[in-house]
Amino acid sequence: MIAAVALAALAAVSALAAWRLTSVRWTWRAPRAAIALWQALGLTWGLASVGALLAYALEPWGRGVIHGLVYLVTHWREPSGLQRVGALAAGLALLTVLMAVVVVAMAQTTQARRRHRLLLSLVARDEPAVPGVRVVDHPGAAAYCVPGLKSQVVISEGTLSLLSRDELAAVLAHEDAHARERHDLVLLPFAALRWVLPWSKVVRDAHASVALLVEMAADDHARLRVPPKRLATALLRFGTAGAYATPHGALGMGADNVMARVNRLVKPGPAMRRRYRYGIVAGAALLTASAPLLWFLPQ
Amino acid sequence: MDVLWAERGPLTAREVGRLIADRDLAPTTVMTVLDRLTRKGFLTRVRDGRAWRYEPAASRDAYIAELMLEALDMTGDRSAALTRFAQAVSGTEAEVLRKALTELEEE
Repeated sequence: MIAAVALAALAAVSALAAWRLTSVRWTWRAPRAAIALWQALGLTWGLASVGALLAYALEPWGRGVIHGLVYLVTHWREPSGLQRVGALAAGLALLTVLMAVVVVAMAQTTQARRRHRLLLSLVARDEPAVPGVRVVDHPGAAAYCVPGLKSQVVISEGTLSLLSRDELAAVLAHEDAHARERHDLVLLPFAALRWVLPWSKVVRDAHASVALLVEMAADDHARLRVPPKRLATALLRFGTAGAYATPHGALGMGADNVMARVNRLVKPGPAMRRRYRYGIVAGAALLTASAPLLWFLPQ
Repeated sequence: MDVLWAERGPLTAREVGRLIADRDLAPTTVMTVLDRLTRKGFLTRVRDGRAWRYEPAASRDAYIAELMLEALDMTGDRSAALTRFAQAVSGTEAEVLRKALTELEEE
């Protein structure tokens, strides 16, 4: 019973910690460490929830989750009692759903990107002033990265006329960070979870928090290469470009997010001490390891 | 594609090849490219005697619009397909940003 209780507690703690983490601000002082913590919380929540159900279902055999499942498959014996069979079914269903959601999200993302790249190859052009960047002839302000094995940075004609030379360099440094650090992969599971649980406020907030942290991490990467003030003015110019009204309900904290990023760049607070940053990363690693270990606990 | 967009009417592979003759392409290369674009739905074609006549399925602007919809995250699906720099905000929110921008520039 220990494993089942411990896993259930771990799932609850992860969910609670994620809920707390959506409303704290210290994460902004160490976005990369915070991202690691978010990933650990997400993974642990999933593994612990599934594990708790399975541990309860397979408990009478005293083999733990992993070996219990092996035993179940090899001997084809179902656990006795309706409750345990129910827990087994629920655990396996949850595991399947979580895995399927990520796989489907990956497939959809890959397909959307393929189409996007194809369109780019038809209508985008190269601009001698910004080598290596594809330019789309459109007056709206857009700058983004199509991530992949060969990530592609794209800007619009509107961006070229909106920003100064230095600001453009800042934006490109920011996008370069997205491309290098594959921030899309960080966001994918959170976006996928949000897609299946659109009504859940915690999931929505979690996705928004991680999305903002990813932007801040990219800002941090850029500020090492370009003057932070130029990145800040580029952000504000983008925010006020207003080529389009935002679609209904698509954005909530638009201005707040932009201002949070600008303030970080213009008035950077004291950096989080290295010791704390390492502490967060170590905690994340420990958390990630805890659920799989409990899957092996025989009792 | 640009050649076909520039022309009014549908063109045969031979005509397309002639219009981009400066790039010294083999006629079969042009045909292969046109065929692939057709299969992907970017071109439509009609029989004209022994040859096909090709025409863009949609205008260049339509594709640019599609790209920008995704780029500005206005498709509403909030997918993680692209990572964007920042998004424009509207109304009173934009006012806050405009003020901050003026302040920053005066410094």
